[in-house]
Amino acid sequence: MTEKIEVNHVGDDNSDYLLRVEGLKKYFPIKTGLFNKTTGHVKAVDDISFNIRKGETFGIVGESGSGKTTLGRTILRLLDPTEGKIIFNGKDMAELKQTELRRTRKDMQMVFQDPYSSLNPRMRVEELIEEPMIIHSDDPQDVRKKRVKKLLDTVGLSGDAARKYPHEFSGGQRQRIGIARALAINPKLIIADEPVSALDVSVQSQVLNLLSDLQEEFNLTYLFIAHDLSVVKHISDRIGVMYLGKMMELGPKDTLYEKPLHPYTEALFSAIPIPDPHLEKERIILEGDIPSPSNPPTGCVFQTRCPYAFDKCRIETPIQKEVDGERLVSCHLYEDAQ
Amino acid sequence: MSNDPLLEVENLKTYFFVGDQTFKAVDGVSFNINKGEILSIVGESGSGKSVTSLSILGLVQKQSGKIVDGEIRYNGKDISKLSNKELTSIRGKEISMIFQEPMSSLNPVLTIGFQIIEGIRRHNKISKREAKKRAIELLKQVGIARANEIYDDYPHQLSGGMRQRVMIAIAISCNPNLLIADEPTTALDVTIQAQILDLMKRVKDEFDSSILLITHDLGVVAEMADRVVVMYAGQIVEEAPVKELFDHPKHPYTKGLMESIPKIDEKKKRLNQIEGVVPPSNSFTKGCRFAPRCKFAMPECLEQDIDLEEINKDHKVRCLLYENENNSSTEVN
Ligand SMILES: Nc1ncnc2c1ncn2[C@@H]1O[C@H](COP(=O)(O)OP(=O)(O)OP(=O)(O)O)[C@@H](O)[C@H]1O
Ligand SMILES: Nc1ncnc2c1ncn2[C@@H]1O[C@H](COP(=O)(O)OP(=O)(O)OP(=O)(O)O)[C@@H](O)[C@H]1O
Ligand code: SF4
Ligand SMILES: [Mg+2]
Ligand SMILES: [Mg+2]
Repeated sequence: MTEKIEVNHVGDDNSDYLLRVEGLKKYFPIKTGLFNKTTGHVKAVDDISFNIRKGETFGIVGESGSGKTTLGRTILRLLDPTEGKIIFNGKDMAELKQTELRRTRKDMQMVFQDPYSSLNPRMRVEELIEEPMIIHSDDPQDVRKKRVKKLLDTVGLSGDAARKYPHEFSGGQRQRIGIARALAINPKLIIADEPVSALDVSVQSQVLNLLSDLQEEFNLTYLFIAHDLSVVKHISDRIGVMYLGKMMELGPKDTLYEKPLHPYTEALFSAIPIPDPHLEKERIILEGDIPSPSNPPTGCVFQTRCPYAFDKCRIETPIQKEVDGERLVSCHLYEDAQ
Repeated sequence: MSNDPLLEVENLKTYFFVGDQTFKAVDGVSFNINKGEILSIVGESGSGKSVTSLSILGLVQKQSGKIVDGEIRYNGKDISKLSNKELTSIRGKEISMIFQEPMSSLNPVLTIGFQIIEGIRRHNKISKREAKKRAIELLKQVGIARANEIYDDYPHQLSGGMRQRVMIAIAISCNPNLLIADEPTTALDVTIQAQILDLMKRVKDEFDSSILLITHDLGVVAEMADRVVVMYAGQIVEEAPVKELFDHPKHPYTKGLMESIPKIDEKKKRLNQIEGVVPPSNSFTKGCRFAPRCKFAMPECLEQDIDLEEINKDHKVRCLLYENENNSSTEVN
């Protein structure tokens, strides 16, 4: 089966883009029965396109199972894409040779949700931070050691942290170790997958501030994935909203929040409890549960819960349309919008 | 809402003894819950919220944990010293509980229907048929349209949101006077959370029950609570009606907490942050437990334990900055 990939040229092919994702799909086979026959697919990431500018923070929000982690891992090529293009720094990742791919990969690093499970418990902090340098650079040991010291300082850990093991730290400190490790080889892009979700609020703000500071200092570009909309809105410049493997809407954070176009974005924003007891807000309460991504609804994937759904929504999948210049919306309500 | 306390917790201390260490999980906590009100306990991980609620229900792990002091009065009667058998007649009927992870409190090998009627029949003398009818009504009440089908399903066949609805159905099956909900929506997606919070409000109005709502989410607090208790390191550091707390937070910890959360309707480049971390419950020292992280800390803060004092009507604070300040309203900035 061949399908034409829809490519979106929002802002058009500007060389200011560090990352361009075009029609990306990642399907996981569902195998059942005695012969392990593939009986279907989980469409974890289903035809996603977006661009990230240099120095920008692009946020991805979406509820559990919407495909955020799969998207991040596929961009890093920790998972092979089923279809679509990943263009990093002008180079199509699929066309790179092994050595080139390795070099490009070093420019993208990941920070994980659970710093505990992503750090080898038997390695000291200094070894953990040095490891990526050993793998990816030819720097001699003394240069590496110096850099470890500097990095610990940068992420706000004291010098005696170097000799300790991960279990001797709190969650927030472990996240700092994870960040230092990601920074070790001067990456251009950091993909942070729920980096503060496991942290207490008072510690969460420390790590968010640290990420902002580092971005400025090292001119980093972030792909920031989280399910907490307030956190994503705080840190991002632009936001993409995912639902069941699809990008429902994409736009600059303020206009997205002030005037959500897609019915799902609207409901998602309205569902957030706001810490202001004087506020009496009209809440859109969506009916029903999120459908299974192995058996998504026909037509628009949001159709089963959408308060505005009409006949066409149940039959035809909406395609991404550009609205108001900087925004992309996948919804039949905006079919004729320019 | 009235001012008759349904539940009075007074100087509750629940400690855990592990090896030669003492974990002071709950260390002198006092509060009331009035009839028909939602009281929220808010605080970070490890502050003692869950242990407080488990203590009320007599569910503290017996091997290592113990209520070492205090009283818990339900309708005026101390229930903290009741035997497990005596408590069983209160649990589920008078006071019921919803946990964060419904899977851990639903039995995986029993059908949803069976688990609902079990509770109903334990506390009411009605036939199986009547109980089933009531169970299906309950499932419909909590917003499960396919109640008849789900009745014969097992917990693993339901989504997280559905399981939490089932838990709520079980919890309200005997019209309890007090519903204790410990992070009931923390594991759920935000659109599903909105459904469950809405449901809890409706349940409260319909049955005129009181709710003790435990959460770490200040947004949920603002939305649901009538009054709020802020816990830090096993103690209450502030207590106030919800609007008063958000309009005039007094304790430096409460203020710090409110300033450190990103707010969706705010445009701010940097968040205020509270430095440091919460101390573990086996290492509390004398004086204010927040002092090591407090911008306003003075030497005196570490010299003696500080009491929770009423500084305004219904507004209590545990902080030396407000020591001589009954009924005035100076602010710390
Ligand atoms: N290796 C895999 N094999 C099969 N299915 C998978 C695999 N990884 C993810 N999935 C499925 O793909 C879908 C998207 O999962 P993903 O982890 O990307 O979602 P997410 O948005 O990160 O969710 P969360 O907020 O819970 O982290 C889910 O239905 C998941 O079960
Ligand atoms: N069985 C136990 N043995 C030893 N210490 C315990 C035990 N249960 C709880 N504690 C300690 O009691 C303190 C309070 O725990 P509690 O579970 O009440 O916190 P919480 O406020 O509910 O936190 P969270 O937001 O993470 O649920 C913690 O420091 C915890 O380590
Ligand atoms: S396409 Fe239809 S169902 Fe989908 S979001 Fe738009 S209106 Fe709702
Ligand atoms: Mg994920
Ligand atoms: Mg708890």
